[in-house]
Formats: sequence, C-alpha cells, structure tokens
Amino acid sequence: MSAQPPLVVSLPLTIYHALDLKQQLLDALAVTDELELNLSQVAEMDAAGLQLLVLLKKEAQRAGKRVRIVAHSQAVSSLIDFCNMAAEFGDPLVIPAHEAG
Amino acid sequence: MDEITSVYIQESREQLAEMESCLLGLEQNPDDPDNINAIFRAAHTIKGGAGVIECHFIEAFTHRVENVLDALRNGALTVTPTLTTLLLGCCDHMVSLIEVLAAGEAGPAGELQAQGEVLSAQVQGFLDGMAGGEPAAASELTVADREPAVEVENAGGIVLNDSWHVSVRFGENVMRGGMDPLSFIYYLASLGEILNIATITDAIPVAAEMDPESCYLGFEIQLQTRSSKADIERVFDFVRDECELRILPPNSRLSEYLKHIQELPEDSMRLGEILVRCGALTQAELELGLSQQKLALGDDGTSAPPLGEILVDHKVVNPEVVEAAVVKQAQVSDKKAREARLVRVQADKLDQLIDLVGELVIAGASANLLAQKSRQTDLVEATSVLSRLVENIRDAALQLRMVQIGDTFNRFQRVVRDVSKELGKEIELHISGAETELDKTVVEKIGDPLMHLVRNSLDHGIEPTALRLERGKPACGRVSLNAYHDSGSIVIEVADDGGGLNKEKIAAKAVERGLIQPGEILSEHEVVNLIFEPGFSTVDKVSNLSGRGVGMDVVRRNIQALRGTVDVASVDGQGATFTIRLPLTLAIIDGFLVGVNKAAYVIPLDTVVECIELKNLQSDRNFMNLRGEALPFIRLRELFEIPGNVPSRESIVVVQFAGQRAGIVVDQLMGEFQTVIKPLGAMFRHLRGIGGSTILGSGDVALILDVAALVQSVTQSELQRFSERGQSAPAMLSNNPFSQH
Repeated sequence: MSAQPPLVVSLPLTIYHALDLKQQLLDALAVTDELELNLSQVAEMDAAGLQLLVLLKKEAQRAGKRVRIVAHSQAVSSLIDFCNMAAEFGDPLVIPAHEAG
Repeated sequence: MDEITSVYIQESREQLAEMESCLLGLEQNPDDPDNINAIFRAAHTIKGGAGVIECHFIEAFTHRVENVLDALRNGALTVTPTLTTLLLGCCDHMVSLIEVLAAGEAGPAGELQAQGEVLSAQVQGFLDGMAGGEPAAASELTVADREPAVEVENAGGIVLNDSWHVSVRFGENVMRGGMDPLSFIYYLASLGEILNIATITDAIPVAAEMDPESCYLGFEIQLQTRSSKADIERVFDFVRDECELRILPPNSRLSEYLKHIQELPEDSMRLGEILVRCGALTQAELELGLSQQKLALGDDGTSAPPLGEILVDHKVVNPEVVEAAVVKQAQVSDKKAREARLVRVQADKLDQLIDLVGELVIAGASANLLAQKSRQTDLVEATSVLSRLVENIRDAALQLRMVQIGDTFNRFQRVVRDVSKELGKEIELHISGAETELDKTVVEKIGDPLMHLVRNSLDHGIEPTALRLERGKPACGRVSLNAYHDSGSIVIEVADDGGGLNKEKIAAKAVERGLIQPGEILSEHEVVNLIFEPGFSTVDKVSNLSGRGVGMDVVRRNIQALRGTVDVASVDGQGATFTIRLPLTLAIIDGFLVGVNKAAYVIPLDTVVECIELKNLQSDRNFMNLRGEALPFIRLRELFEIPGNVPSRESIVVVQFAGQRAGIVVDQLMGEFQTVIKPLGAMFRHLRGIGGSTILGSGDVALILDVAALVQSVTQSELQRFSERGQSAPAMLSNNPFSQH
C-alpha cells in the first residue's frame, strides 16, 4: 500500500483551512501505512498548520504508520526551521546550522 | 507615510547622530563603559523601532551591528581604530538606510545593498576573530563555559548565562481570536536574538479530540536581548489573558529554573531536557536540582514543598545583580522624564507665532503712539506696561527658534576625523562657543558653507606632518571652530594653524584671471580675500575634497544670502582664519529710529555705538576726528538724494560693523523702536544700503538701513578718494572692501 503517490497539499496550511485540512490529512493517513506529503505548493503556513502536521505525526506513530514530508515550500521549511521542529519531523530538510553541529 | 514611521525616522536620525558622536568619543576614551552603553542603546532603539514598523532591512543590518557592540560591552572585543572606523561606516550605512525608508522605497538599491553586505561581512569578521566565542553562537556550550556577561562572580546557585528564558503556553482560543501565536514569537525575535527555541506540542490531544482551530502550542525560548522584562512582557500584551507566560531573567538562580520546570504542565524530566537543549541549563545543573528535589520529597513524604523554597536557603541574592537592576531602572525613568520635558512642534506653527508676534509689535507701537497723543497719563502708563510685555513675548518667541550651534559644530568631528585619515595628516578639531545660540533657519543653512571651509582648512590649510615638524610646529594640526555674539550678529570662525594662504600665488592667479591688473598694489588683506572671487583656486592638484575652484565664491554667495559676510585673514606660517558674520535673527530687531526731512529710517540698535552732534566741520571731506580716531561718515540726505534744507543741527549716529566704525548723518534722532522686518519686494532686490522695511505705529513705512553695506561703502569711497590722491590708505579703512553686498 506504500505505492500511493505523495499527497499534494495545495491549500495554505493556515487557520482558515485548518478544519478542511485536518479531515483531508487524516483521511489520507487512514488509507495508507506510509503517507507521503508534498508541501511544495503550500504558499503560507501558520501555527495552526504546524499543529496539524504534528498531530498527523502523532496519529501515525500511534497507529504504527509513517508520515514523511517529501517536499517543502519555502514557507513550510522556514517555519519548521524557526520553530526548531526539523528534528521532530525527521524529514530531509535544509538542516539548520545549530543542529548540524 | 504613516505617523509611526515618520516618528521612527525622526527619532532614528537623532539616535544615529548621538551614536556617531559617541563613536567619535570612543576613540578618545576606549574604555568608557557609559559611552559604549550609549552607543549600544542607540543601535538597540533603532533596531527595536525597525521591528515595530516592520522595516526588516534596517532591523537585520542593525542587529549585526548590535552583536559587535554587545561584544564590546562584554569586553569580549576591544576598541581598535579599525573597529571604530568600521562602526562609523555602519553608522553611515544606517543613516542611508533610514533615508531609503524615508523615501518610501521597499529596500536599499543595488549599490547600497552591496555596501551593506560588505559591512556585514566585516562585522562578522570581527565577531569570528573574537577570542572565546561569539555571543550569538547558538550552542549548548555557551552557557557554562563562558565568562558571564554581567560582572557576576560564579556565586552559588546562579545559572551562568546572559540570556533570558521565556516560556509561553498559548491558550486554546488564541487562534480563534485571529492571532497567530508564531507572530508573537517572530516579534519577540526582533527584541534580540533567539538563541534557541523549543516548540512544545505535548498538549495536542488525539485526533478525535483535537480541534484544529484551537491552539495547543507552547514555546521555550532562550532570548538574548537588552530589553527589560517589561519589554518582553509587552510582546505578549495582546494575549496576556490567554497565555501562560514565564520570564526568567539572565543569571537566574537555579532554583528558579527548577521552580519553573515544576510549575509547567509537562513532565518535569522532559522539560528539563528541553531546557538543557535550549541552553538554559547544563545537564549537571539540572541533575543537581532534580536530586535535591527528590531528597526533599523523601523527607517530607507526600507533600513536597516547592523546590524553590528549599534552594533559596542555600543561595544568596547577589548584591551586584540587584544594584545593576536599580541603576537600569533609574536610567529608564530618567529618560522618560527627559522626554516628557520636550515637546515637538511643527516649524511652521512656530513661524506663524513669530508672524503674529510681529503684528502685535506693530499694533502695540500704534497704541503707544495714540496714547501719547491723547496725553492721558493713565493710558500712557497702561500702554507702556503693555509694550514691555510685548517686548518680552517677542524675545521669548524668538528664543523658541534659537538653537545652539554646538550640534552643527559637533558634526565636524567626524569630518575632521575622516578627512585627516584620508589625507594621512594628524589633525584635531577644537570647538569653542558651542553654546552660542542662533536662529534655527540660519543654522540649517550655514552647514554647507561651514563644511566647505572646514574641508578647505583640512586639505589646504594644514601642512603635511613632515613639513610641520620641519617648521617646528607640533605634528598634530589643529582646526578650530569658534562662535560668539558680537553687536547683533553671530560670528563663526574657522581657523587652522597651517601655513596660511600663499599671497604671491593668489596675486599671480588673480592677474592670470584678469581679476586685478599686473602691478596693481593691494593690501595683504585684499589679496587673500581674492579667493572668494568666482573660479578661483590656487591648488595645482585637484583633490576630491576641495580645490575644484567652485568653492569659495559659492561659500560667499550662500552666506550673503543669509545677509552675512565672510572674510579671511592669514598669517604666513601660522595659519588662516575665516570669519563668518551672520545676523542673529531674520524676523524682528530692536531698531533706532532716525529722521531725514520727513522720512523715517531704522538703524538696527545693536550696531549703534553712540550719537554725537555734527558741528565744527573744517573740510568738505566726509571724515571727522572722533576722540583722536578717524571716523568716516555718510550723509543719508546725499545718499538717498532727499530734497529739503539741511537743518541747523545735524546728528551723527556712530555705528559699528565687523570692527569698523562709521557715522551716519541724519536730521533728527527719534529713539528706540521695535522693528518687524518686512522684506523688500523683488523689484528692490538690487538696492544697496536698505535691508528691509517696517511699519511705524503711525502707519508710515520706514526703511531699515543695511548697516553692513553702508559701512563698507563709506570706507570704500573714502579709500578711493585717498587712492586718487596717491596716498596710501590707512590700514583701518582697507579692512574689507571686497566682501560687500
């Protein structure tokens, strides 16, 4: 079932779309063991978006599944970097300098 | 542009001016901590403001500068000439950036941007070269193995780091309120530098219970900043009621960290790890704290006393920390008090006030006149009180526009420093009379001419060091700026102790340019003042400072536009002195009213020395003996071709300007009179000897005499008569025939 193509998120990861996104992301997770997220289309991201990604990770962990973010847009990677969450997500991301050391 | 931005721009300009003068002071006193703090504060204020108005290009650049300044404060860097030069360069760049903002552009253009990058790289170079690591390095190691920023000895229980720990848990409804929690963190970052941040997501419930519009986030932040606790709290003002905020100041006691860990909802082990990861605590400190906590638990059974309480007994509050806090608070309240004493007023409102006061003066004079005519003693008394008050109001109103010239002078410290470096000369600037006041409009306009004169002195006046030593002078050249009041004008002198002007060269050049005839005999004074003629420069080599031959005549024109004069005196081998004379104010003067036939004239009272009777004149020459001194005079009747018979008794008003005296012959003396200067129309622009007009109480118009022009034309015409007779002119009269209006 891991042959699923990455889920391309095109909505902004913001509070305005949080309800829709939660459903969309959880639905996507429900049908696969290994969810791949392509966030390269995400133009905006705020704290609500960050929460959703964390939630998704936690849900996946609980169910023994995996979530991977395979592509980041600038907005996503800079927010994750700012919040120092790159390690948490464990995805290939431009690694911030202080983590590298 | 919105108001907050324009206020920011205005304030930043002031801060930068202060920063520059402090930086210059840094060279003289590299170890003065107050000075370094002042520089840091200026940079910090600018950065903070930039964050508020979201001007990121200023914020980013200033932040880098601030890092270096911080290192200076901590003693991690020492002041070197290269560093000061770099910081001055940064200061200049910030001025340019402010101008970019003022011009309403989105960011600096290519060249400026490149300049900023070069400066940033140099700044970084300094930081990298620092011994002991830079303060911005975001690594766990920074906490324990570095000297503390504040002068605190490693007293027991104090966690050695110089950054704040900010802990925040946002309430559920924050995002529903339309606020993005992250924007507060971004704003917090603008206060200083976030060394490390941990995002706490533990509160996010399972998917079914999770409302994506609720906020479950928290942050643990290590923030390096010079802001106060109140400033940090203010960041979260908007969500104060909906978040849990804890702020631990730098060098907090270990117990406070432990208390903090205990109070937070998350598991204390995990939080401890987070704090270690943030760089707030070291592992050893954490373990020490937690073991003591366990110990206490064991002793007391179930109810553990707050850990903080146990630890307080073991530690003493460091008195120095308290003292530092008190000093800081005093500084803040001082600054607030100072700001409260100042009011910003639009310049045109002030002008309007001065105009009104002018009208009041005229109306008062008219009332006074009528009262005197009515011969009612009570009325006369009342109006005389009134006119005294009007006089006071006038003086007070004019005083509002008066500013000290010191600020203008201080700008030249920088010019002298930079230019002397560029020229490889050692030159110091000496300032005196900085407290001399003059009208703001005059101050604004005198900057450029002064700049030119100072540069001229630096470039051409002061000799190269080798030559100075050869001449037996001290190696360090000296340029001095001086200002003082002199009979209703302000005098500004720019003097150097250089070689003086080369008179032969000037004379030769003047002949070459056809300004004078070969063989013409001029006094030394006349020769040196030739440099103010258009297109005159004796320098063989044009440098990029001055000497393009477009300078001195422009200087003179600018000064003449302010109703002033400029004059140079030079002594070979000892230096040259440029003297600028300017009227103190442009609006209202105390006048001395005189009459010729039926017309009234006003002589500025400040220029009047005395009045004497004109009698026993032996010759037809316009020249008399006043207590053994030659006094040239002019007859207003002749000058203005006024008809009518000469009365039997005439008076001479002796006036003085720029050290020269002359007499003005009038029919009658009418006494003091407050005069509002009304400029003459464009039609009369070329009139010589008349400075303006005014309205008398009776409604008549009186002309205001331009004493400077009159004195010069008197001395000059006398001089010419002497020359025609083949006599050499007395030195006193040849003083300044070339700088006339």
